[in-house]
Amino acid sequence: MTRNSIISGLDWWTIILFIVIALFGWLNIYGASYTFDQTSLFDLSNRAGKQFLWIGIACVLGIAVLFIEGRTYEVTAYLIYAFWILVLLATPLLAHNTKGSMSWIDIGPLKFQPAELAKMITALALAKYMSNYDYHLRSWRDLLTPVMLLALPAGIIMIWQRETGSALVFASFLIMFYRFGMSGYVLTGGLSFVLLFICSIRFGGVALPWGEGNVGVLLCYLVLMAIVVGFMWLHEQDWKNALILCGIVILLYAAGLIINIWHTVNFNLISLIALLSALVYFTSVILYRRHFPLLLVTVYVAMSLIFCEACTMVFDKVLQPHQRTRIEVLLGLKDDPTGAGYNVNQSLIAIGSGQFTGKGFLKGTQTKLRFVPEQDTDFIFCTVGEEWGFLGSAGLLIVYLIFILRLILIAERQRDNYSRIYAYCVVGIFFFHLTINVGMVLGLLPVIGIPLPFFSYGGSSMISFTLLLAVLLRLDSERLNKLL
Amino acid sequence: MTNDPYSRRPYIIAGAVALVVLIFIIRLFWLQIIDRSQKQKADNNALLRQVVYPSRGLIYDRNGELLVFNQPIYEVTLIMQEMRHGFDTVAFCQCLNIDSLEFARRIDAIKDKRRNRGFSTYTPQVFMAQLTKQEIASLRETSYKFSGAGIRKRTLRGYSYPYAAHILGSVGEVSQADIDRDEYYQSGDYAGRDGLERTYEQRLRGTKGVEVIMRDSRGRIQGSYHDGAEDVEAVTGTDLHLSLDIQLQALAEQMLQGKVGSVVAIEPATGEILALASSPTWNPEILVGKQRSTQYNRLLNDPAKPLFNRATQATYPPGSTFKTLQTVICLQEGGITPTTKYPCSGPGSTPIKCTHHHGSPVDLPGAIEQSCNPYFWCAFRDMLQRDGYGDGNATFRQRYNLWRKDVMKFGLGNRFAGTDIGEQSPGVIPAERLFNRTYGEKGWKAITIRSLSIGQGELLATPLQLANQAATLANRGYYITPHLNTELTTDPELRHETDMDTRWFDLTAEGMHRVMTNGTGRWYNIDSLQMCGKTGTAQNPHGKDHAIFIGFAPKDNPKIAVAVVVENAGFGSTWAAPIASLLMEQYLTGTVTRKHIYNKMVNAVLTHPSSE
Repeated sequence: MTRNSIISGLDWWTIILFIVIALFGWLNIYGASYTFDQTSLFDLSNRAGKQFLWIGIACVLGIAVLFIEGRTYEVTAYLIYAFWILVLLATPLLAHNTKGSMSWIDIGPLKFQPAELAKMITALALAKYMSNYDYHLRSWRDLLTPVMLLALPAGIIMIWQRETGSALVFASFLIMFYRFGMSGYVLTGGLSFVLLFICSIRFGGVALPWGEGNVGVLLCYLVLMAIVVGFMWLHEQDWKNALILCGIVILLYAAGLIINIWHTVNFNLISLIALLSALVYFTSVILYRRHFPLLLVTVYVAMSLIFCEACTMVFDKVLQPHQRTRIEVLLGLKDDPTGAGYNVNQSLIAIGSGQFTGKGFLKGTQTKLRFVPEQDTDFIFCTVGEEWGFLGSAGLLIVYLIFILRLILIAERQRDNYSRIYAYCVVGIFFFHLTINVGMVLGLLPVIGIPLPFFSYGGSSMISFTLLLAVLLRLDSERLNKLL
Repeated sequence: MTNDPYSRRPYIIAGAVALVVLIFIIRLFWLQIIDRSQKQKADNNALLRQVVYPSRGLIYDRNGELLVFNQPIYEVTLIMQEMRHGFDTVAFCQCLNIDSLEFARRIDAIKDKRRNRGFSTYTPQVFMAQLTKQEIASLRETSYKFSGAGIRKRTLRGYSYPYAAHILGSVGEVSQADIDRDEYYQSGDYAGRDGLERTYEQRLRGTKGVEVIMRDSRGRIQGSYHDGAEDVEAVTGTDLHLSLDIQLQALAEQMLQGKVGSVVAIEPATGEILALASSPTWNPEILVGKQRSTQYNRLLNDPAKPLFNRATQATYPPGSTFKTLQTVICLQEGGITPTTKYPCSGPGSTPIKCTHHHGSPVDLPGAIEQSCNPYFWCAFRDMLQRDGYGDGNATFRQRYNLWRKDVMKFGLGNRFAGTDIGEQSPGVIPAERLFNRTYGEKGWKAITIRSLSIGQGELLATPLQLANQAATLANRGYYITPHLNTELTTDPELRHETDMDTRWFDLTAEGMHRVMTNGTGRWYNIDSLQMCGKTGTAQNPHGKDHAIFIGFAPKDNPKIAVAVVVENAGFGSTWAAPIASLLMEQYLTGTVTRKHIYNKMVNAVLTHPSSE
């Protein structure tokens, strides 16, 4: 392959979008870290200057990657993966505590976060495993190894390095699994778990007006019972049994209410009994009819039940206090504009004050005066909102949208599974980062510290995202050769 | 790739991405365009509107002498938020010479939101106010050590002379009522509380400016916003030029020392007040600064009532000084003629007897000179009865009302309107209905109200009104409402005519001149100054008589009109006349030559029975 064919095979649209985002990000980092006596965009003593350096280094590394044949990754994927697992394991031993996380290591004067690169390396390993010609994603068992492949680094990062945000990013591979045949039920099921979690935490503290128990449990269990009844009625077309299921539930609650006149009844327990009874009845009907796929519903409801029971326990025991507070503030359980809610509150003020056209470059008062913490890293989107207004921030989101849609297009045009799988991993990672980061800054999602790709200040993330993209571009440029 | 069973899924994924971005854009639209509260919060966050206090207008006397000025004073402020970064309380207390208990007490007071509504941990809060340059010197040197501490300069009033406290008034912290009434004020602001400081508050205070400065998330000042484009400069208060002659004022106050009483001097042609003194008084300096509230309370609780401005608020029966005005009115309304004579004893003069010894019968100037009570009773009676009593006493009452109206043309019986003297009493010129109520419409005759003829009875006037009466006599028939601000002099609204014949005024002036040459004022006359005057001794049911004197000088083209009241001093000729005489001399010649009189007056102490 000649150099010429690489250049001509590159997807220049993606590169242009990358440059636009990176340079706009760089300007905003200058804006966010701008103090009134600051001089130059290129001054290496400030963050904008450093970011410019990072962009430069990332580009050099990215261009270097473009010259490495795509086959190389395929061959070395497991090796690199294994090596990086070791690096991830070693990181906390070398790292110093940065805001509770043990994920940063010093290399000379620079700080580096191995977790950032782990996404790409995992994506490569997943691509290799799943592109094997005898691999087909048909059953649950087929997902086992890929899930292990991503759960290993994610687990290390979450538990060993205590960096929840970076670990959660591994959930983005679900999008790739979905594209390659994973049931949509897994995604919706996953989402329903999130909703159940929110429901049980949000209303877990709200006592029922009668008896013992709380609204959270009642709501969650009623939803699960509705799912059981719904499957019986709509999927099995069996309204008689659906009515019987309803009857069981209603009878149990009615009994509870009547007994409650004399004795205080624990309605959490009634809910549990009602759900279990409904589930047993449902399962027996299914088994009798030998509609075995519907046993998945039983499994799902049973898992949800366990999940709900575990939620409170996990929330109280497993989560770090600061994570707990963040979730509580987001769910409106705590109102604390100076504490945990401070970031988001200030972020909303900064964005809102930008109004339609923004205050203009370097004219934002909220970001300049450091009301928003992390304003040049995780909360960089605030600066866009304040200084460039609705036009600038909505514009940036649309650029990201076009960028991700372009990546989907690239993914779809790959002719070999290895490139396609990798490309969808990349799509997932960018989509996940954009959603979580902007969702957090806009106060829609809990505060999870992950960067906005190519935009937030930071060498590790800049280089990792660039390499992630560069590998994709190289694979994409080779797609025509694959036919030969 | 062929036979992809999941070929719809890329579109679902793309749709999900688009949906997320759409949700974000809707959220942005809400935050940035629909919800306006964020912008307000942002300004509250970042912009600090710091008040720039203007310097208060200065006050000068008629000769351009500076009477009231501004002196710098310092406030120590604290920003609580910044104190968190380590604050050496002990050293701070040492600098300010307070103990740690006092420190804690003051911090609590700052944090008490009920008392300090503007409390914020991010803005400077006043920790100690009204400190002198010396008191903050040690803090100023070491203030860099105390993060969050600041020194703010304010101004307080300063006085060149220890006089004119009643007129000038004082400046104090605004009350909650002031803040509620006028949105210009904020807690901790200063405003004129009384006297001219209050009357002219709006012009003296100027206009506060605003400096919009940016502060960061820790409340640290980061410089001016938009390079000061949104700042509003403070406008200095307008100076006040008074008609007061501070030398004359000083002399008046010195001579009132140890006595209870008041002096008012007016330039007749302009109505400008040259001196307005009330005794007892205080040095205006004591109502400035930290001592203000204790000193004010002391004055408030003093049984001698120094805060009471006797020159404008106290009322006295005018006594014999009223005869001057009676002369003019009786001549004008036709009770007597310039040649009318009355015997001062005998059946016609009863029931009022003459207290002096002089020839009888007396003519008009002689009657004024000798202050002949029967003469003025007869004149008053004949004026009122000129047309008889009429049907149901109606004609008599009509005449009485005419007389009352004439008296009030001299500025008596009402507060002066349109002047800048705040606290005034209206005095009393009894209305017809007072007598109707007491005696019935037909039940009162001239004899019933005979005391009015010699300035006693129900009549009451303030020293200011008496001085204005003197000025009216000096002007031969008009007066300009007495005032202190020279800008008011040209106000045509302030000129009041009596519409009486100048001949009667000339006659009265002649009589008043004879008082000074031959009559009760003769011991204090200076021939060259052509003094005119009338003494009075107002009967006082509560104690010794009040000594009163009104007068003007020179007789032709008068330059000064004076009224003096010394409470419970006895004869007007003994205590009031010398004070007036020295004031006229001082004003007309610039010096006081009769030092013995001056010394006697300054050193005389007359006790006040009401304080016992």
